[in-house]
Amino acid sequence: MLQKDLLGIKEISVEDITLILETAAGFKDVLGRDIKKVPTLRGKTAVNLFFEPSTRTRTSFELAAIRLSTDVINFSVPTSSVVKGESLIDTALTVQALGADFIILRHPSAGVPHLLARKLRASVINAGDGANEHPTQALLDAFTIQEKKGGIEGLDIAIVGDIMHSRVAKSNIYSLTKLGAKIRLIGPPTLIPEEMKEIGVGVFHTMEKGLKDVDVVMMLRIQMERQGKGFFPSTEEYSKNWGLTPERLSLAKDDAIVMHPGPMNRGIEIASEIADGPQSVILEQVTNGLAVRMAVMYLLAGVKR
Amino acid sequence: MPKELLNKKDIDRALTRMAHEIIEKNKGIERVCLVGIQRGGVHLAKRLASNIRGIEKREMPVGSLDIAFYRDDLSIRKEQALVRKTDVPFEVTDLKIILVDDVLFTGRSIRAAMDALMDLGRPATIQLAVLIDRGHRELPIKADFVGKNIPTSMSENVEVQLEEDGLEDRVILEKIV
Amino acid sequence: MHILIEKGHIIDPSQGIDGIGNILIEDGKIKEVYIQSKEQKAKSKSSPPQPSPSMEEGLPPADRIINAKGMFVIPGLIDMHVHLREPGFEYKETIKTGTAAAIRGGFTTVCCMPNTFPVNDNASVTEFIIRKSLEGLCTVLPIGAITKGQKGEELVEMGTMKDEGCIAFSDDGLPVMNSLMMRRALEYSKAFNLPIISHCEDLTLSEDGVMSEGLLSMTLGLRGIPAEAEQIMVFRDILLAELTQGKLHIAHVSTKGSVKLIRDAKKRGVNVTAETCPHYFSLTEDAVKNYDTNAKVNPPLRTNKDIEAIKEGLKDGTIDVIATDHAPHHRDEKLKEFDLAPSGISGLETALGLSMRLVDEGVITINQLIEKMSVNPSRILGLCSPPSFFITGPKGTFAKGADADVAIIDTKKEFRVEASKFFSKGKNTPFDGWMLKGAPAITISKGRIYEWK
Repeated sequence: MLQKDLLGIKEISVEDITLILETAAGFKDVLGRDIKKVPTLRGKTAVNLFFEPSTRTRTSFELAAIRLSTDVINFSVPTSSVVKGESLIDTALTVQALGADFIILRHPSAGVPHLLARKLRASVINAGDGANEHPTQALLDAFTIQEKKGGIEGLDIAIVGDIMHSRVAKSNIYSLTKLGAKIRLIGPPTLIPEEMKEIGVGVFHTMEKGLKDVDVVMMLRIQMERQGKGFFPSTEEYSKNWGLTPERLSLAKDDAIVMHPGPMNRGIEIASEIADGPQSVILEQVTNGLAVRMAVMYLLAGVKR
Repeated sequence: MPKELLNKKDIDRALTRMAHEIIEKNKGIERVCLVGIQRGGVHLAKRLASNIRGIEKREMPVGSLDIAFYRDDLSIRKEQALVRKTDVPFEVTDLKIILVDDVLFTGRSIRAAMDALMDLGRPATIQLAVLIDRGHRELPIKADFVGKNIPTSMSENVEVQLEEDGLEDRVILEKIV
Repeated sequence: MHILIEKGHIIDPSQGIDGIGNILIEDGKIKEVYIQSKEQKAKSKSSPPQPSPSMEEGLPPADRIINAKGMFVIPGLIDMHVHLREPGFEYKETIKTGTAAAIRGGFTTVCCMPNTFPVNDNASVTEFIIRKSLEGLCTVLPIGAITKGQKGEELVEMGTMKDEGCIAFSDDGLPVMNSLMMRRALEYSKAFNLPIISHCEDLTLSEDGVMSEGLLSMTLGLRGIPAEAEQIMVFRDILLAELTQGKLHIAHVSTKGSVKLIRDAKKRGVNVTAETCPHYFSLTEDAVKNYDTNAKVNPPLRTNKDIEAIKEGLKDGTIDVIATDHAPHHRDEKLKEFDLAPSGISGLETALGLSMRLVDEGVITINQLIEKMSVNPSRILGLCSPPSFFITGPKGTFAKGADADVAIIDTKKEFRVEASKFFSKGKNTPFDGWMLKGAPAITISKGRIYEWK
């Protein structure tokens, strides 16, 4: 890989994506052994700098770093000096002065990882910046699809939900189109930006039309806060029209897989029996997430400064 | 212009001799396994196993070991260390493992291979078989079975080419520019 | 003090002057302009032009002779939209540093917006600004707020503030969202014959937006501001101007739709004038691709279609003025999350260079450029013949008795924009490193001559 940072899928090439997925396969092997640890990044320090609450992603990165024998520090905003009015840049420079080699950053504003990557020597890994991207999620999703389906090119993949505000959706759209899949977006018109049509993805407003014969159904979490701003009138209405029920899932191919980045709103965007059912790969996404994040850190450590 | 040091016949003879040596030193192949180090040692390990099968009329377990995650030179390597398959389909604990590699040079790859192997279990013994020993050790590592000793200078490179990779069987010496 | 500027190419659109000649300045006022006539030009190609009869008779020798050969001599530029930040935000800029930046850019008069702290919504703040402006290096004319505190609820005391020195009113930084309030402002201002300058933005549509809305804002994950946020208010203000017959001036026009609305309004005879800023005809939204906060500005940078429409609007006269909307910010403020960084470009020192590109491209002539940056602002603000109690003389013209505000411009010399060397405290510009032509070689303002290397 050429860049010291992972800022987004937009910034990396298909070759980079392929390299990350291949390397992740190697790490997944390691995770299957008794000794789930390798000494490769021993002595390095990773800092989780999270300006937004998150347990699962932060824990995933933390564990990935530990498995690589890296030391980990967690820096959650409410417990740090940012609350006292320290600027973003000062916080980042402080973290660097503590010797961070990796800064895993989650922030509510788009573009913050890019700003920090310009200013810091450390490798910046974007763990989610506003409504921009969440690249490691897309990479683990691609890894999961590839593992289950043997490849990504030519697959029909439906992404359902609040596309407009979802960095998971955006990163997935960029990576899966780069890898040759055909994407369909399904959701209410208020949650799917018109501009999506300009980048070559299909836009559907009903599940019945959109899910027909797809290979992969990727459900997004519906965020309750959206309700208040006129995006959709109620969660009941949303669930009724765009929730994934067994009937709707049967419109997809018989061997279609169901994915969800988590955490799920059972009964709202996805029926419980599907989440626990045979077509769901949701838990494997979590395991794969660990391997992919190990791969990302491993590869970034090897980039010449 | 690379210089050919060993041709196909030389390589076959060396591997035949090494197979005999392995059997002799270990008094048979009871509880002995071969593990080829990615990438150079994998095919050689298979060839040795095949030779040994011819002599002892018995199968012996063969595995391959990727050492990318155990290297000590991550930040100074020119290219990224690609990750390859580790396939050791047997328990290593209490077995006599013979690591196989194509060229023994500084010894660091072998050190990494031993660490990788130890994370898989607790072998009874670890021995080392290499086709070429080119000298210039940086760690106290010694091969138990050597195909050929070739003294080299630091400005030279030794490469083992094999049929399994689509090339002709030979060992060449190149000057590094 | 007598100053003679000789051999320069003098252009004064207010008097239809365009030719090689001399200007004589006496005690800070224009005394005489002499243009070499065509016959004399043909006769004496290499010898200097003959002085006019009055110039020969018994004049004291000039204290200073400036050779303007090969350069344009134009009335000092008038920027009717700058933010000088004083009082209250002196860490971003002061009247002193802002006016230094102005004269470096060829501006000899600047009109400062009222979104200071406290807001310039009463005579005492106006008086403070006027007093501070005495130490400024160029003329500073305050624009008063339309509503108290810019809250959009109560009109300010326009008459009292005019007497103290305000030459126009605007809530710039913010729109007047309440239509009734805007109507009253346009009606009331008629009594004082002063323009209402409108910052056109529908805040409910632009809510949280930080760049232009479109494919780019979606891929960058940033909230966008649709062009309609500007157009809706432009249309509303035009209709209110029609209703009230007040004097409306539309600030920083940035969209194709707005240009069309203004063009149609002018055709109907509405008393509306409009300005745009150099960044709106020089950059598209692509400038924020890397989350570069130096390109974050309000209204936001738009698309090529909008740039084309603005150039068309400048060409056909729909847009009367090029102003800078000079908005300096402290370095730390721009070194932040894109969402949180303040909007604004420090524009005084790049405006002329960027506008000269329009002349090079053939969009407008240099005469039209001077109209847009000197003559028209002067006319719109009533500075061609200000009342006798006013602190200044006529501006934007070389008519006899006008203030001696002069910019001498070398249009051949190329220079590299170096933000770190700006006279303004604000180094926030997306044009850093650009090669431009047309920097002032000399600026004359308030009786002082400034020479630039």
